[in-house]
Amino acid sequence: MHIHKTKGVEHVLKTRWNKDKLIRELPLHIMLIPAIILVLIYSYGSMVGTVIAFQKFVPSKGLFGSPFVGFDNFTNLFSMPNIWPVIRNTVVIAFAKMTAGVVVPVVFALLLNEISTMWAKRGIQTIVYLPNFISWIILAGIFKDILSPNTGIINAILQQIGITPIFFLGDQKWFPFTMVFTDVWKTFGFGSVIYLSALTGIDPSLYESAQIDGAGRWKQMLHITLPGITSIIVLMTVLSMANILNGGFDQIYNMYSASVYATGDILDTFVFRLGIQNSQYAISTAAGLFKSAVSLVFIAVSYKLADKFAGYRIF
Amino acid sequence: MNHSIKVSTGRKVFLCFDYIFLLFIAFICLLPFINLLAISFSSKLPVAAGEVTFWPKGFTTSAYEFIMHNNAFVKALWVSIQRTLLGVTVNLVLIVLTAYPLSKSTADFRLRNVYSWFFVITILFSGGLIPGYMVVRYTHLMDTIWALILPGALPVFSMLVVMNYMRGLPRELEEAAYIDGANHLHTLVNVILPVCLPTLATVTLFSFVGHWNSWFDGMIYMNKVENYPLQSYLQTVVINPDAFFRNTTNASADIMRFVSLVNSRTSNAAQLFLATIPILCVYPFLQKYFTTGLVMGSVKG
Repeated sequence: MHIHKTKGVEHVLKTRWNKDKLIRELPLHIMLIPAIILVLIYSYGSMVGTVIAFQKFVPSKGLFGSPFVGFDNFTNLFSMPNIWPVIRNTVVIAFAKMTAGVVVPVVFALLLNEISTMWAKRGIQTIVYLPNFISWIILAGIFKDILSPNTGIINAILQQIGITPIFFLGDQKWFPFTMVFTDVWKTFGFGSVIYLSALTGIDPSLYESAQIDGAGRWKQMLHITLPGITSIIVLMTVLSMANILNGGFDQIYNMYSASVYATGDILDTFVFRLGIQNSQYAISTAAGLFKSAVSLVFIAVSYKLADKFAGYRIF
Repeated sequence: MNHSIKVSTGRKVFLCFDYIFLLFIAFICLLPFINLLAISFSSKLPVAAGEVTFWPKGFTTSAYEFIMHNNAFVKALWVSIQRTLLGVTVNLVLIVLTAYPLSKSTADFRLRNVYSWFFVITILFSGGLIPGYMVVRYTHLMDTIWALILPGALPVFSMLVVMNYMRGLPRELEEAAYIDGANHLHTLVNVILPVCLPTLATVTLFSFVGHWNSWFDGMIYMNKVENYPLQSYLQTVVINPDAFFRNTTNASADIMRFVSLVNSRTSNAAQLFLATIPILCVYPFLQKYFTTGLVMGSVKG
């Protein structure tokens, strides 16, 4: 609380420099104007637009002419027969992705960290980061091809070792698993960047003294390496909580089909079909608002926890 | 960690398996792309029979020639190039103009926290699909390239990464410039930006990839298919793969001569591969900045 000591001085400075300070700050305000205008229109504008979730929205009457109906759209939404399976699918897929999305990158980073040949390390990194930057459109096109039960290369390999072909994208049982697996495949490499950099930050002298004490590699891993990256693991786990209702629209929309709706339809795809394809604007917006509200709670809690456990602040 | 002079046998075995395992993982990451490339350079019959794995069979470039004669593909490619160049420029200018003022302490810029919250709230809460669509309609952007650029003109996450990076810079840099009588714009351009290269490279990559890869906005904000960017166009091809070949009935003789060698699978593979090339070109140059640019920006120093 050093503020107390300098309060008097600061006060004098404040009154004396106030006008200069305003002039000095003015360019900073001006720099922010373009971004503020655009964010105000497109982000805050669409927040205002969520009022249609409480309206009997008629496109011809517009946002300001449609009558308000209170929570009717929400009641209708939650009485739809498939809303609960959709929420369940979303949470199941999202939770599996979150868990695997922390575990796999950590294990990969630990294994890669053991390698001391620099060119091999860099080469592997370059390759495994790559899928993260390819769009789900392209990846969906590729996966639809290689996972095909008739012509796909994966099933060709499975048949060679005596397994009957699996319809990964058309079988209700396999679809969620395939989504989680392909998502991990795409993101684990890039997800390991943060752990790898935490690993290089561990003080090498800790390992030296452990060796002198006779600790083997395994013990060093347990007592030095893992504790060294625990805080970052906790941080990433906590932050990933915000994704509890993010099943992954880009991925699922481009790979699913009506035959896997029972296990593969998620909130975002549901909202999209309801809103764009069936023109149920108000109910679709209500579903979107429900998702945003739940996510907001999770994000707020996760940031709070991240601040508490890892001293992480977003700004 | 090569301090120990003798390496135990257990360690050697472990390292051996570690290398093999990691190489296998890397191979798994590359396999789909190799398969795709092989299919795109193969002719129709071996592909239809499912014979192509990692090497083209009946090597031909006709799938690529076929695509180059396909106006829809070329047009969509052009839309994508335009939107990416314009979009990345707009993103970067806004990121820098916003990150710099917000990187000041509250003592130097009193409204800093108010402004920061103004932007952060948009991460915490978004209006969703239909309201977003309505705003784009109301602002008359439908069927223009600006519909793909203005709604996401400021990527708030990238802005925060750059802002945190700027806050980690030594204060002396700025103070020296201030004493020399430099104004804010001058300080930003000549003092701050040159040392922000790693983080700017990182957000440039993200912005480039984001624009190149996005398809959903193109699909909902463009009523006319000829305004689709490449990924939206590919989406229609991926979802409805045969649409292409149904149209060949009234196609020119120029296109018809490829049909004996090309089917929807090979032409799709070629299109998907072509759409990946820009990413493959940009990525290696910017990869070296990831760690410094991203990690230093997201975890504050």
